Order: sequence, then structure tokens, then C-alpha cells
Amino acid sequence: MNSQITTNFINIGERTNITGSSKFKKLILEDNFEEAVNIAKQQVDNGAQIIDINMDEGLLDSERAMVRFLNLLAVEPGIAKVPFMLDSSKWSVIEAGLKCVQGKPIVNSISLKEGERSFLEKAELVKAYGAAVIVMAFDEKGQADNVDRKFEICKRAYNLLTKRINFPSCDIIFDPNIFAVATGLEEHNNYAKDFFEATILIKRNLPNAKVSGGLSNVSFSFRGNDLVREAMHSCFLFHAIKAGLDMAIVNAGQITIYEQIPKKLKIAIEEVLFNKDNNATERLLEVSNEFSGKKTKKKSKSLWRKKDIDKRMEYALINGINDYVDKDTESLRQKYKTPLDIIEGPLMNGMNVVGDLFGSGKMFLPQVVKSARVMKQSVGYLLPFMEDKNDVKKKNTKGKILLATVKGDVHDIGKNIVGVVLQCNNFDIIDLGVMVTSQKIIETAIRENVNIIGLSGLITPSLDEMCFVASELKRNNIKIPLMIGGATTSKIHTAIKISPAYNHAVVYVPDASKAVGVATQLISKKNSLPFKDLIQREYEEIRSNYFKNNSTKESFSIQNSRLNKLNLDWNNHKSFKPKKFSTTVLNNISLKEITPFIDWKPFFESWELYGRFPEILNDKVVGESAKQLWNDAQKMLKILDTKKLTRPKAVIGFWPVNSVDDDVEVYEDESRKKIIAKFFFLRQQMERKTKKRANMCLADFVAPKASGKIDYLGGFVVTAGNGIDKFSKEFEQNNDDYNSILVKSLGDRIAEGLAEKLHQDVRTKYWGYSKDEKLTDDDLIKEKYVGIRPAPGYPACPDHTEKNTLFELLKIKNNLKVELTESFAMVPMSSVSGFYFSNPNSSYFGIGKLGKDQIMEYSKRKNVSLEYVEKWLGPYLSYSPKKSNNE
Amino acid sequence: MIDDLKENLKKRILILDGPMGTIIQKHPLTESDFRGKKFKTWKKPLKGNNDILNISKSSLIFDIHHEYLKSGCDIIETNTFNSTMTSQEDYLCQDHSYDLNFSGASIAKKCVDKFMKDNKNKEKKFVAGVLGPTNRTCSMSPDVNNPEFRNIDYDTLKKDYTISLRGLLDGGADLILIETIFDTLNAKAALMAVYEMEKKLKIKIPLMLSATITDLSGRTLSGQTLEAFYCSIKHMNPIIVGLNCALGPKELEPHLIVLSRICSSYVSIHPNAGLPNAFGEYDETPESMAKFTKKWAENGYLNIVGGCCGTTPEHIKSMKEVTLNIKPREPKIEDNKFQLSGLENFSY
Repeated sequence: MNSQITTNFINIGERTNITGSSKFKKLILEDNFEEAVNIAKQQVDNGAQIIDINMDEGLLDSERAMVRFLNLLAVEPGIAKVPFMLDSSKWSVIEAGLKCVQGKPIVNSISLKEGERSFLEKAELVKAYGAAVIVMAFDEKGQADNVDRKFEICKRAYNLLTKRINFPSCDIIFDPNIFAVATGLEEHNNYAKDFFEATILIKRNLPNAKVSGGLSNVSFSFRGNDLVREAMHSCFLFHAIKAGLDMAIVNAGQITIYEQIPKKLKIAIEEVLFNKDNNATERLLEVSNEFSGKKTKKKSKSLWRKKDIDKRMEYALINGINDYVDKDTESLRQKYKTPLDIIEGPLMNGMNVVGDLFGSGKMFLPQVVKSARVMKQSVGYLLPFMEDKNDVKKKNTKGKILLATVKGDVHDIGKNIVGVVLQCNNFDIIDLGVMVTSQKIIETAIRENVNIIGLSGLITPSLDEMCFVASELKRNNIKIPLMIGGATTSKIHTAIKISPAYNHAVVYVPDASKAVGVATQLISKKNSLPFKDLIQREYEEIRSNYFKNNSTKESFSIQNSRLNKLNLDWNNHKSFKPKKFSTTVLNNISLKEITPFIDWKPFFESWELYGRFPEILNDKVVGESAKQLWNDAQKMLKILDTKKLTRPKAVIGFWPVNSVDDDVEVYEDESRKKIIAKFFFLRQQMERKTKKRANMCLADFVAPKASGKIDYLGGFVVTAGNGIDKFSKEFEQNNDDYNSILVKSLGDRIAEGLAEKLHQDVRTKYWGYSKDEKLTDDDLIKEKYVGIRPAPGYPACPDHTEKNTLFELLKIKNNLKVELTESFAMVPMSSVSGFYFSNPNSSYFGIGKLGKDQIMEYSKRKNVSLEYVEKWLGPYLSYSPKKSNNE
Repeated sequence: MIDDLKENLKKRILILDGPMGTIIQKHPLTESDFRGKKFKTWKKPLKGNNDILNISKSSLIFDIHHEYLKSGCDIIETNTFNSTMTSQEDYLCQDHSYDLNFSGASIAKKCVDKFMKDNKNKEKKFVAGVLGPTNRTCSMSPDVNNPEFRNIDYDTLKKDYTISLRGLLDGGADLILIETIFDTLNAKAALMAVYEMEKKLKIKIPLMLSATITDLSGRTLSGQTLEAFYCSIKHMNPIIVGLNCALGPKELEPHLIVLSRICSSYVSIHPNAGLPNAFGEYDETPESMAKFTKKWAENGYLNIVGGCCGTTPEHIKSMKEVTLNIKPREPKIEDNKFQLSGLENFSY
């Protein structure tokens, strides 16, 4: 494209104009709006800065077509980023369009054709809608076809607009009519020249006004000869822009570069445009016959396959295409001396580009994981050709990092993602998997001489385990820097609890994208000391602030908290009796029933794509990446379903209960003679100055024994099934981390979706206290229903150890293949457990910080040692427990 | 009233009040409080319909306004964030939209009148009639599989806003505040309602607009950049344009700087008290918010400052204290540049 077109000139895409593009017209008439949207996209991709949209076609309900098309464009960020030009000869179509556009568009067009009154009425509305406007050089007498009338009409319109209705002069654009030249009719010969001159007059005399035009008209008589037409467009623009043209409706992809027009053709065209003499048209016709050749077709996308092999591999890596991995790796093997040369050459080069793109926010996690898959599979292909299998370990890397999910915890999605991202950035990763003991971590770290140890965990007891690992590292006199990550970890916890347990660097890493930066700094010869120092000081500050704030924060004693409990009206309370007591096992649940209940937002979050669902699919920045991930997820769900790879299951149960203070007694039957179990709940202790908010405890939602009324409580355990872990492993073994992580992250959603579905079934069927509820999926996600399903280990009841009682009551050992680890994580990983409370006043809350008085009392209630409780509730304590009371 | 407001804006940094919703939530209101006499036998639960309190428990709303006036704010916002027909449909109260807006404005007006009477030497106070964003959006489809679908359109919204607007004006609002704008097309429908009302009543309605940046990339929920948003609403010449909600002062700061650079209206900001922490509570204290406020005022970014979710009269008070005697920002002089916008701004 001409250099003068890209600067100082606005090109407006013309291809979404039904009167100008036959392809667009065909698509719209065939009702193929999807493809029509693609035309808009191509225009923007080709450099259109505004797109003109016109639906004026007799066979069409133009208003409807305009609204429909604009609504479709609105959700395509790649198109909607540019302003729109609403083009119609019917005002009603323009107005319908104005009601669909959130930005500031251009109205194309209004004119004095029907007199001043109608002109000003429309202009007034254009202003009220917040648009700029194109005014055609057209009045009661007709279209202006010479320079004097063109300028005369524009001047009159300008004065009316600015003086009568205060229309902002900078929002006025004149179209002084581009007409066809070289038609053979003598009166047409001066049209181009008239346009240039009118443009000069407008720009000189009407301050702030702009000039536009529809370019393709000018070459109308050369239809069929694209080469000449495009050259004419280019020449016309070149001179019109010099005269002051600000914008034109053009086909942005099809303008010849002015400098590249053959001299002979250029001269002939310019003599026509400037009406040099009466034979100019004749001469151009003659010349044009020499230039009627067809243009070469545009390069197609699959052309990347024709690039040389190194470039091909780079392309495959960046775009995450694994269809040709083996073939391309084999070609590389023919070219390079050793497999190691390939790994360190083209593979690492490609991954470096990926790492840079990711680091600068131009690529997102799902794409990176796909790129890593190409890398791994390529290396996998090379392995058999390596003389020494350890060769692969000899490759030059930035450093060696050990990763592990700590003992008692089985959650590893985040850790696996971090591993993949670090590998992409040329770190060597030793992944010890899940439930890794401190001993194994230390042994491996020493044996492999690693540069960094990364610890991960999702459930709260893992926080304590991490502190233990840190203290063990210290005891063993190890000096390797520690990276901390995972859902429950935080900078505060790392600074306050883990860092003091180790006398070397400990760094909290909030997500995978940060891991590379942190690891690079920690390993860097030059930067590691200042970096560690910086972190140390930052954590020091967090610690001192924490202890400062903490000492000033007021909290209630447990007695006072209980005085401010949630007092419900039990006199008028009617407990709803479940149909059946004891337990029910649900074995026959299909994935299809679960999927409508899935909340997708956390799924995208596990891939570090943040935003609301479904809007995220059209997000300007991550939309494309999110859409791809979404499509892959849907495909994977389908596979899981049709091949019946995993079998979701659930166990539920209901019991007669009463609360006694903060405990809930579970009875054998409604006679309430025999207590078969007790749940122990905790109570908020934050100071409530006004007492307008209660100090909550889950037991408050259950009728107290003293009320004399019987009440009921439910419990559940659901699992996505053990097929998830198995299927995920299969992918992992095929070097396909992408699908392996995809399956796991879907497993989590399936378990959560099942818990949501089951809660609904419990409300409407199994317990049945809310038979008539009708909720949309959105209502479900917003929790607009009656009753709650809090999970042990989460904010309202943070004690994981209560799962023991729950599992026993539900007879999980016999009923379901879900087990508890020593940290009370559930295996399989994709499982959820919790209580059902049906009281309409029940709601979720966070427990906040717990005082020592409550903890001591709680340990007595539960009949366990104080240290035991302190260990499991560590992150919730408002005080620092003594290391050991016996010492 | 316009002149009064402009006069004050020229002289000093004005203080806007804090949130109504999060303060109401602190009161232990029961279903019957929400129903009051008028809605005693209403067909749907009304608990949570904060705007209905304008009718059923107006004394509470009056007291909250009064609390804010006492803490030093100059402009109080009516309790009408959800009083549009569309938002009230959730409670089947859509036919009461006018009344909710009318009562919301008259309570605030009464409160201001009383306060001015009781405190004779105080500066002038204003009532901003709030038009909320509603719970639907004109620019986005709620159904991924059907991107052209919309659950509300411009004309319906315009009709809704016209009713609300009339209620607010009749109730005595001094200016109209279109706020928490997450979809500019919704706001544009409100602007059209204002435009038509101005023509009909032959008056000029003082306007304040406030957009909501929903994420750290600096865009509204409907995807517009701040510059594009401003370009899209500038034609109504609002007296004040600002930012509120969704983010805390720290996250909003870079956007405030941008707005203050490009805006030829007066600039306002009312941030949340930080981002919600793990327990859904807000962490910014009156002191920490005041620190930001002071910095902004001293750098000349500010004309109006207040609070959104999580802030309290104490926050407002400390903001007032630190802005006293600091010169307000001067609006940018109009440069008559050719500007358009889609999701992004286009300037030539």
C-alpha cells in the first residue's frame, strides 16, 4: 500500500457494502451472516481503519439485516475495535444501526436533497446519538457535478449545521462526489479535477470539516480490468490526498503501490484525471489493453509447509501444531549432525520465541502448553536416536528445578502447568509428582544437584507441610532457593510462616507466568543476590506490618461471640423432613447430566485466563486463546462421555440432628435417644462494634436441642471418578501435557458440576424442601437457591479433620472409591464433599481469625490435643502457637 | 443549579458520598422491613431490594444520607441504583419504578434541605439522581451459542430510563448521575432519554457520567478502552466524567491519570475500598484511601472524589480532610480533533 495512505489518511473498508461487493451481497441474501462477518474481519486485518456497512437491497429487510449484522460484529473484538460507518439511503436503517453501536460511528449520509428542515432534523438526531456525519454534496436541485456547486452546497450545509444547531464542526465530513471518468462522454472528463479543487476549497474555507469519497466510482468504466482500476485508484488517491482528502471508502487489500505503477500507465491515468486534453481517455484505453493481465493470487495459509525445515519447526512450535512433529523432526535429523544439535538448535530457538511472546503477554497459557507439547513430542521422537540416553540431560539449560506437590496433597494442575512453562523457557524440570515426602525432596535435590526447589499444594494442611519441608531443609543444611505456589498459598503466609523456617531464599510465585521471571532471577549469577535481598526485605516488611496490624485488631472472646450468635426464630420454624434417612449411593450419572451445571470461569482461571464466562470467549486480548481452549474442552468432554472413560459417582445421606452450642449432634433416629456422631463447628470471633452482624457458626442454622424441635442435616461426597487420573496419565506418557492437564482441569469441573447438580436434586427431590424452584444456570452460579453446601476445609468450617466423621457417616469406605490422605485431601483428586443445610437463613461466610480460647475449648470438645487442632487450623489462628508445649 | 455546581467545581474539590448498598447490608433488615406497609402482601420476597426501602423504610435511607452529609460530602447520590423497570423486574416491582426514583430523590433532597438549614454557614450541597446500569447489556449476548441475541435493546432501555429520569427530576435531583457504566450502549440509551427530556421540558439537565473499568487491562465490561468510552459519550457535554466501582484506588489510579489528561469535563473518581479479599471484604482503610486522594489532588487529577463499594462515612471524612484547600483540576481545553471510536479510540 502507498506510504501516503497509511499516514495522514483514513481508509474505510468497502467490502461490507451490499451495493458494492457482490460476494457480500450473495452471503447476506443467502442468510450466511457468519461468513459475512469474516469479510468484515478480513478488511480490518487488511488495514481498514473504519468499516462501511450498507444493507440497501430491495430483496432485504434492511433494518433487520443492519441490526443483526451489527450485533454480530459487536461481539467480535477483532472487528469491533474499529469505528463503524452506518451507510444507507434510508434514514430508518441508519437509526436502527445507531441503536446498536456503543462507540462513536459515522452516519453515511445526509444531504439537503429534501430541503433544510429534513436535513437539520436528521443532523440533530445524529448529534444526539453521538455520531459524526457525512454530508453529500446534494441539494434540492440535485447532485453537484462541478466545482462551484460542490463547494456552494457544502458551504451552505456547514453554515446550517454549525450556526443553527451547533453541530460540532469537527464531526462534519463532506462527500463532494467522486464520479467515473474516462467514460467517453465529454462532460465527465473534468470530474476528477472538480473533486480535487472542491476538496481544496472545503478544506481552506470550512474550518475543521473533513472530506471523504467513495473511491471505486472513479474507475467504473474499466470494470473487468482490475490492474488498471487499482492503478487508477492509487493515482486518484495520491492527488486527492495532496488536495486535502482525509478519508475514502476503499478496498484496503487492493490498492497498488503508487511508486510501483508502470510509468506509461501512470502517465496515461494522470492525464485523464487532470483532463489534460480531449484525447486523454483514448490514450488510457489503448495503454490499458497492455495491462490487462490477471494478478497473482494471495499466499494461502498452508504455505508455511513450504518454508525450509527450521522455519517449519519454528512455525509448528509457535502455533502449537503437532500434526507434523514426527515428519519434521525426521527431516531435521537428516540435516543436523546429532539429536542434541536439533534440541539446542531449532527446537530451543522456537521455544525461545514462545517464551518471549508469553513473557510479553502476546501468547497465553493454553497456547504455550500446546507449544510445549510439540517440543516434547519432537524430543520423544529423537530419544531412540541418541547414543547415550543421558545425552538429553547434557543439553545446555538455564538450570535444574525440582517440583513437588507436598505430602498429603494430590492436586497438581498448577504445578504441572508451572513445569511446562519453565520447560518452555529452557529450564530442566524434575517433577516428583504428588504426595512427596520432605525426605524424598531433600534426597533428590542433593542427588540431582538442583538449582531451585518448587513446592505446591492446594489444601490448607499443605501450608503446614510446606513449613515442615522448609524446616527440614534447614536442618539438613541445604541452601537451595525455595519457590512456593498453589491455591492456598499466599505471599503473606510465605513471608510469615515459611520464610522464617528456612534461612535461605523463599519466594512466593502467584502464577505460572511469574514462575519464569522468579526462577531466572534466582539462578542468575549477577541478579540472584540483589533479588533475594529485595524479596527478603519485602517479606520483612510484610511480617512487621502483619504483627503491627494484628496486635491492633480487636476480637471477641468465644463467650462474647456466642452471645452475638445468629438468633433464628425457632418457635415458628418448621423443619423439613427428608424422604429417607441414612445413605443413598448414586452410581448411574452421565456426564451429559452434569455439564449444564459446570461453572466455567474457574476452568479458564486454572489456565490463567481471567474474565467472565461466556464473555471471555470474545475477549479482545485472550478471546482467541479462550475459544480454542473451550473447543478443545468440549471435544474432550465428548470423548470422556462417549467412551465412558470415567464414571462420576456420589453418596448422600440425611440425619436427624440438633445443635448444642457450636456442636451438631447426629441421632440414630427421630426418637433422638442415641447420638451416633457429632460435628464440631467453629465460630467467628471478629469484633462486631454494632452487633448488627452476628458472629456466625454453621451450628446456628440447625435447631437447638433446647428448642425441643427436631431438625435435619445432610452430607455428601461426589467424585468425577478415577478414570480422570488414569486418562490424564495416558496423555502424560505420550508427552502430551496439554491434554493431560486439560483432562485434569475438566475433572475438577465435573466434580464441582456434579456437586451443584446433586445439590439441586437434593433440594427438589432427595430432601425435597424446595420442590418448586426454577433456576437458570446463572442463578445457580450466583447461588440464588435456598440452603448451602459448605465443605470441610473451606472458609465456613475450615477444619479438614471433620471429613473423617462425614466419611464414616456416609460409609464411604463401602460406598465409594474415595479415600482421604493424611492431610485429608480426597483421592481421586476430582472429588468434593460437604454438608447440606436447608435452613432458608443459612448462608456462606468466612470464619476469619480464631482466638486461643476457642481453640483450647474446641480441642476439649473434640477430645484431641491442642497441638493437633493448632496444626490443622494453622492459617486461621489469630496467635502464634508455641512450637511444643511439652518441651 | 448548573451554574451553582460549576461555580463550586471551579473553586474546590467536591466530595461525593460513599455507597448505599454495602451500608444497608450492615443493617439487619428483615423481609418485613423491606415490605413495609405498602408491600405487606407483595407476591415475591423483597429482601435485598434495597431501592424499595425508599418507600418502605425511608427513615433509614434518610439517616444514611445524613451520615454522609455529616462526614463532609458535597454531593449525595440517591438510593436508586436499581430503580429502573428492568432491574425491578426481578422483584416484579417494575410498575413502581417512577415512585422508587421519585421517593429516592425526595428523601435525599429533604435531607440536604434539612442539613443546610441546620448548618447555615456550610457550603452548598447537591443531590445526584442515580441512573444505574441495569442488570442487562445492550452490546453483549448472554448466550455464547447465539452471538446476535440480546436480552434488552436500546429502545426498551431508553423507555425505562425516561421513567426513572422523570421520577428523579420530579423528586428534586439537582443533577443526573449515570454510573457504573459497564456497557456504553446502555449509557447511550440513558443519554438519549436525557436528551429527549431536555427537549420536552425545555430545560438543561446537569449530567455526570461514571464508567466502570472491570479489569486490569483497563477496559469496560463491554470491551471499550477508557478513551473510547469518553469519545462515545462526549457529545452530551457532561459536566463531570469519572470512574467508579470494580477496582480499588491503586488499580484505578493509572486510569484516573489518563482520564484527567484527555477529559474536557470535570473529572471524578469513586473507587472501591480495594479489591475484595478472600472473605469478600474490602481492605482499604480511611487512612489509606486518604493517602491516594491526597496524592491525586496534589497532582491536579481531581475535581470530585468519593467512595464506592466498601467505603464508609469515615472514608469520606478522611478524603474531605486531605482535599481541603487543594486547587481543583482544570478541565482540558477542547481541541476539535476528529475522533471516533469502536472498542478503541480512533483519533485523526
